[in-house]
Amino acid sequence: MEHAEAITFDPHAEEDRTSTGIPHDKMGMWIFLCSEVMFFTGLIGSYIVLRFGSTWPDPKKTLNIWLTAANTFILICSSVTMVKALEWIQRGDTRKMKLFLCLTLLGGSIFLSVQIVEYRHLLHEGFNPHGSLFGSAFYTMTGFHGFHVFCGVVCIAFCTGKAFLGKYTPQHHLGVETLGLYWHFVDLVWILLFAIVYLI
Amino acid sequence: MSTVAVPREAPHHAGVHAAPTSFIRKYVFSLDHKVIGKQYLFYALFMLVIGGLLATLVRYQLAWPGRPLPFMGKIAPDGMPGGVMLPEYYNSLFTMHATIMIFFAIMPILIGAFGNFVVPIQIGARDMAFPKLNMMSFWVAVPAAVVIIWSFFVTGGAAAGGWTSYAPLSAIQPRGQTLWLISLLILGLSSLLTAVNFLTTIINMRAPGMTFFRMPLTTWALFITALLLLLALPVLSAALIMLLFDRTLGTTFFLPAGLIVSGQPWTNAGGGQVLLWQHLFWFFGHPEVYIMILPAMGITSEILPVFARKPIFGYRAMAYSMCGIAGLGFIVWGHHMFQSGMNPILGTTFMISTMVIAVPSAIKTFNWLGTLWGGDIHFATPMLHALTFVAMFVIGGLSGVFMASTPVDIFIHDTYFIVGHIHYVLFGGSLFGAFAGLYFWYPKMFGRLMNERWGRIHWFLTFVTFNLVFFPMHFLGMRGMPRRIYDYTQYKHLHGLQGMNQMMTISLFVLGASQLILVLNFFLSMRRGAVAGPNPWHANTLEWQTASPPPHENFTGRIPTVYRGPYEYSVPGHGADFLPQNEPGGPAPARAHA
Repeated sequence: MEHAEAITFDPHAEEDRTSTGIPHDKMGMWIFLCSEVMFFTGLIGSYIVLRFGSTWPDPKKTLNIWLTAANTFILICSSVTMVKALEWIQRGDTRKMKLFLCLTLLGGSIFLSVQIVEYRHLLHEGFNPHGSLFGSAFYTMTGFHGFHVFCGVVCIAFCTGKAFLGKYTPQHHLGVETLGLYWHFVDLVWILLFAIVYLI
Repeated sequence: MSTVAVPREAPHHAGVHAAPTSFIRKYVFSLDHKVIGKQYLFYALFMLVIGGLLATLVRYQLAWPGRPLPFMGKIAPDGMPGGVMLPEYYNSLFTMHATIMIFFAIMPILIGAFGNFVVPIQIGARDMAFPKLNMMSFWVAVPAAVVIIWSFFVTGGAAAGGWTSYAPLSAIQPRGQTLWLISLLILGLSSLLTAVNFLTTIINMRAPGMTFFRMPLTTWALFITALLLLLALPVLSAALIMLLFDRTLGTTFFLPAGLIVSGQPWTNAGGGQVLLWQHLFWFFGHPEVYIMILPAMGITSEILPVFARKPIFGYRAMAYSMCGIAGLGFIVWGHHMFQSGMNPILGTTFMISTMVIAVPSAIKTFNWLGTLWGGDIHFATPMLHALTFVAMFVIGGLSGVFMASTPVDIFIHDTYFIVGHIHYVLFGGSLFGAFAGLYFWYPKMFGRLMNERWGRIHWFLTFVTFNLVFFPMHFLGMRGMPRRIYDYTQYKHLHGLQGMNQMMTISLFVLGASQLILVLNFFLSMRRGAVAGPNPWHANTLEWQTASPPPHENFTGRIPTVYRGPYEYSVPGHGADFLPQNEPGGPAPARAHA
């Protein structure tokens, strides 16, 4: 039987629908973030096991809490500006979207710069990844978070460029929204890391 | 049967792309999921051959310890000087055999090849949700394979710490281990992209009417497999990164204080925990076992109804039991570590959770038997392999229950019993499942049928020799032969086992040689096989309702609409004994799917 020729079609079927109504990019990003949660769970879980299994120095004696607290504040602010950028494009104000995307880019860049300064300072003080278990865990966890911030900053720069080229409209701005999801996740992970690596 | 001719429209779908014309875009850097699926198929079959050859060398040493193999003296002068295998080289061989088979053969063939080729067509999609990501997944997996093969040729040889790479051994091994870590990290990225792509595609790109509980079970299985990959693999990546840093940056995650290596204190030791590696590895490692078996279960569930001409018994129970297996798979990892030292109460917890997995597995097994019961069974090659899957999986599954029991595990841990179990599940299960899928979908992939007679001969030889190679492993284990042992004849109590080992190795030679039949059948049938037509097996699922091989974007004209579940065979009151999912009308569904 030649069934290939017997395919029947629903004339109302649309070609560009998705089964859930959620765009692919957004769905894919949520799924990807689930995986990211498990990656940081692996690192944080190991940190907890290692920390409780050995004598751990007081992080406050090594790390500059106030500098990183200020840096944390900047990263949280950049999450707020990301939300504002999305809000303005949804309201149709592309000028304000561009402004807030630039502010987000600035926030992310400041965070990375401060982290580099912090690393240089700590390495200069003799606190390095191979000196102690604390050093191993500190650099691996904050380093991988920093790598995520770096990827985010690159994507925000790309997204800002697209915004200036006028690629986003009140109807089509999925890139801003999807990137926002990632950026908030990076922010959230940092709040956890700051609490357990620096403060406790 | 009404046929409405709809003119082909220019599609505006997110996952749709124009048909490529150049050779490079069409066959090398293709965005088409069907081409990528075939690329994975060739990749996996190539690595399967390499993994098989490594196993042959391992078994040669076990049958005739220390007997020279002159040609190997030329190929691997460092590992086998004069053709005599060194213990370190033996360790590399079994490590790389397992690594290559698990990560580079079984996973790519089940997920990369069949998943990519079949899933989008089965759900009625034009392609994957992210075709470029899909292409990247494959082309990221290629350098991973290059690195793992390259590691044989670096100083000190390939990784030799077992595929589990337990610390601290893996932290202090020669350079091959670093390449092993890098290769698996790259491959992990590839699998992560694949998982995101599969999940988005299945959630978001189902054809009109294709509800979750109308999806074919292969798609269900790959959906759950992708979830497992998504959630388990990143934990392995975290562990691989920490181990890589231990080896390269001097961190001490897995290097305990006071570590002595070859009588000397290890320079870079301090405070790390060796058991942490095992926990992280097996947190991934156990779901990984289901990553390799669930797609094969899905393929089997697909094939049994087609060749028994009956609906699958308990469709929903099949889907739910796969969810159950996947969920439980995350809370059983400790059963690999009973002998590593753990609180007995924790051990008992892991024992019980492991045994509970037997329940969903048994539901599946009995449903397969229920599907066969009273069916009009056709013993075509795909069916023979699927039936073998069911039978061999039961043996491997039951020996798994033995091992889950902590008192029994004390006796059989790290013996050949374990090796027997894993091969009944991975070869008897996953690989027979992959063969079943290959014979089943080959006509869809290449438009021609594979030769049935040679397919049956291949099945018969593989089935018989497989059991001759692997069943005696249970006896060896019960007699106390350890796994990963270079020369067991050094031990008096294992002296009597050489004859059985020789029989197994000779059987393996036959097993390996019989695969040449498959290779020849595979390549010759591309040109000489009988033209398959769209639906040679008279199956219901959507991939059989389009041309073989399917056209670019899978369906000519509009996406089909789905009216019913995938396994409506021999429906009373319907003329033909099959009722495709996209055929409107037909008798009202007589039996509700249990």
